[in-house]
Amino acid sequence: MKNFKRTLALGAALAMTTTALAGCGASDQGSTTAKATTAANSGSDNAAASSDAKFKLGGIGPVTGGAAIYGNAVKTAIQIAVDEINAAGGINGYQVEYQFQDDEHDAEKAVNAYNTLKDWGMQMLVGTVTSAPCVAVVEETHNDNMFQLTPSGTAVDCIAYDNAFRVCFSDPNQGKASAQYIGSKSLATKVAIIYDSSDTYSTGIHDTFVAESANQSFEVVADQAFTSDSKTDFSVQIQAAKDAGADLLFLPIYYQEASLILAQAKTSGYEPGVIFGCDGLDGILSVENFDTSLAEGVYLLTPFSATATDDLTVKFVEAYKAAANGEVPNQFAADAYDAVYAIKQAAEAQNITPDMSTSDICEALKKGITSVTYAGLTGDAITWGADGEPNKAPKAVVIKSGVYELAE
Amino acid sequence: MAEKKAVGNKAADNKKAAVKAPAKGGIFSSRNFKGDIITIAVLVIAYFIISNLKLSSLMTGLLVPVCVYIIMAMSLNLTVGILGELSLGHAGFMCVGAFTGVIFSRLIQSAAMPELLKFILSILVATVVGAVFGIIIGIPVLRLNGDYLAIVTLAFGEIIKALLNNLYVGKTADGSIEMNMSGFKNVTDSAGKFVSGPLGLTKIPKYATFEIAVVMVVLVYIICSHFIHSRDGRAVMAIRDNRIAAESVGINITKYKMIAFVLSSAMAGAAGCLYAHNYATLQAVKFDYNKSILILVFVVLGGIGNIKGSIVSAIILTLLPELLRGIGNYRMLIYSILLIVIMLINWSPKSRVVVQRLGAKIKGIFVKEKAAV
Repeated sequence: MKNFKRTLALGAALAMTTTALAGCGASDQGSTTAKATTAANSGSDNAAASSDAKFKLGGIGPVTGGAAIYGNAVKTAIQIAVDEINAAGGINGYQVEYQFQDDEHDAEKAVNAYNTLKDWGMQMLVGTVTSAPCVAVVEETHNDNMFQLTPSGTAVDCIAYDNAFRVCFSDPNQGKASAQYIGSKSLATKVAIIYDSSDTYSTGIHDTFVAESANQSFEVVADQAFTSDSKTDFSVQIQAAKDAGADLLFLPIYYQEASLILAQAKTSGYEPGVIFGCDGLDGILSVENFDTSLAEGVYLLTPFSATATDDLTVKFVEAYKAAANGEVPNQFAADAYDAVYAIKQAAEAQNITPDMSTSDICEALKKGITSVTYAGLTGDAITWGADGEPNKAPKAVVIKSGVYELAE
Repeated sequence: MAEKKAVGNKAADNKKAAVKAPAKGGIFSSRNFKGDIITIAVLVIAYFIISNLKLSSLMTGLLVPVCVYIIMAMSLNLTVGILGELSLGHAGFMCVGAFTGVIFSRLIQSAAMPELLKFILSILVATVVGAVFGIIIGIPVLRLNGDYLAIVTLAFGEIIKALLNNLYVGKTADGSIEMNMSGFKNVTDSAGKFVSGPLGLTKIPKYATFEIAVVMVVLVYIICSHFIHSRDGRAVMAIRDNRIAAESVGINITKYKMIAFVLSSAMAGAAGCLYAHNYATLQAVKFDYNKSILILVFVVLGGIGNIKGSIVSAIILTLLPELLRGIGNYRMLIYSILLIVIMLINWSPKSRVVVQRLGAKIKGIFVKEKAAV
């Protein structure tokens, strides 16, 4: 009996190790971590100072596990921005050093990653990428008074303190903006929602969307939830949406589940007029083995479109493709790129130098970022309030013939 | 159904207790007393060394989680190693402890008490709730003979996770408690939201310190060690080794199984409370099946039934993935391979012989020195 249990326990342990191994399959392809990005002799004004003192910029996000696609995008984009800044002479004439740590989309691991970066000497943090880890890390940065700018932490509590700012919209703002966009463009009269009730991001958008829908010209006819434990079969939810006769399907979820919903909706013969998602849907075209024709006509509320033709976007997309084996950057990458440049602009407005203490840098950057108007990939005139929320106009993107295009 | 059974069981227990009247072994009478003192001394010395070293932020941040995992490993070892039943949902008890502990500490947050007292009270509440859930599960399942506990605890862990992931608990402005599964209606102030569905626990007061954690580790170690070497513990091990033989000498199987299992779940509840108070936020999804298995891995690698081994393996396996951060992208891959390697070394008879020889040599050195002095 005892031996049997030992074998069983050992078997279970082995199973766990194999799962852990399998999780590694999604590991990233870039090997840019901790690469000191010293562009040789940048020829800046005070080159003497720049040779020994450097800004230390840290990044945290998932580069392994289920959310790895976001972490890798952010990691690569920060690297691009840092390389560009260094090549152009750095911030206030000082070079920037950059290190990125993995948090596996886990709050506990994120705090460990933060502490690792602190040991390295990080002076400002771009991160974390996902919401739940961000809420845990912001508590730590607040204690240490370290400046934190999250590219994509959308939960309200991500920037609970005055040292934290974000580039993306918050969950409630996305829900509200989506409802207003659908209402103002008269995209639909009957809306069905399928959302992940076990996910912070999804419920955050869902709740405000439903609340705002009361003020809009459409009504929510089907409100269907699933959880992270049952995210492979959506036939029940799709059938409910179909039966309710919804002409718009709102999907405030991540792209993996959305790609399944789209495929299953097609097989069950449900064709809503419009499918509308938020920034979590960004990346749906790069899902492996996904028939991109299914995503034709899908609307995404996202601040960035890789097909935009302005110089800045074109340059960024090219640099990103070169750095990431030809992958097209998503909105997370754009947010991260903007985050680095926003820090640069704020730092230059306040004449920050690397020899200042982390806390002084934080105080100065707080003043700096609320005073500047930043023009970047995700907005032409982004300003930040003291509450850390960005002010920028939401843009909608529509998928046409396999590429993201700005909706009018 | 279960309650009726429980009442019947209690009556039976009382009858048997009256006949047998088991005498409790005294705390200091255990044979293993010397070994305990050494282990506790090592823990305390380790604490003083660690608290006087200037550790990196990473290591400082890991101190409390390591202690939590030590407690979890010791507690699971009681169930797996001493009781001989497999529990695959130990994280569920941890989760229950974490949530009730935090709700309680948030409720008394504004009370005029020292922080330490508030934290101790929260841990006590979490311990009791952990024990209560242990009883609820144990009453029907521990009467069965076989591996049913593994399946039921697995289900328990998943149910708890799903329930708490949809639970909303908060305090309204006028002081009443709102609790439901569908979202806040009356609580608007974010400071009054204790548990907010998938967002989980937010604004947790950070009471956990390394000192409290070490004290808890020592306490749990003492409890485990004395339980194992007490009369009750020997009865539990007798059931593990041969149920029929144990029954034939008059041991009340269900009662002793319950004692061990409830003790184990209560300690897991306490560990959960300590864990939660180390982070600002915590989601129920964190306590999933993988977490339970992770703790089981600590127990298996440390040696099933070996409490000291659990301490060592919990420390090593918690630190390992963090210390491997230097390798970058292949970190988790290397970690998994290392796990397999450690397991193979741990279980091969040859390596055991080598370890025994080494142990004898080290002992020899000490004995010689003593003789020389």
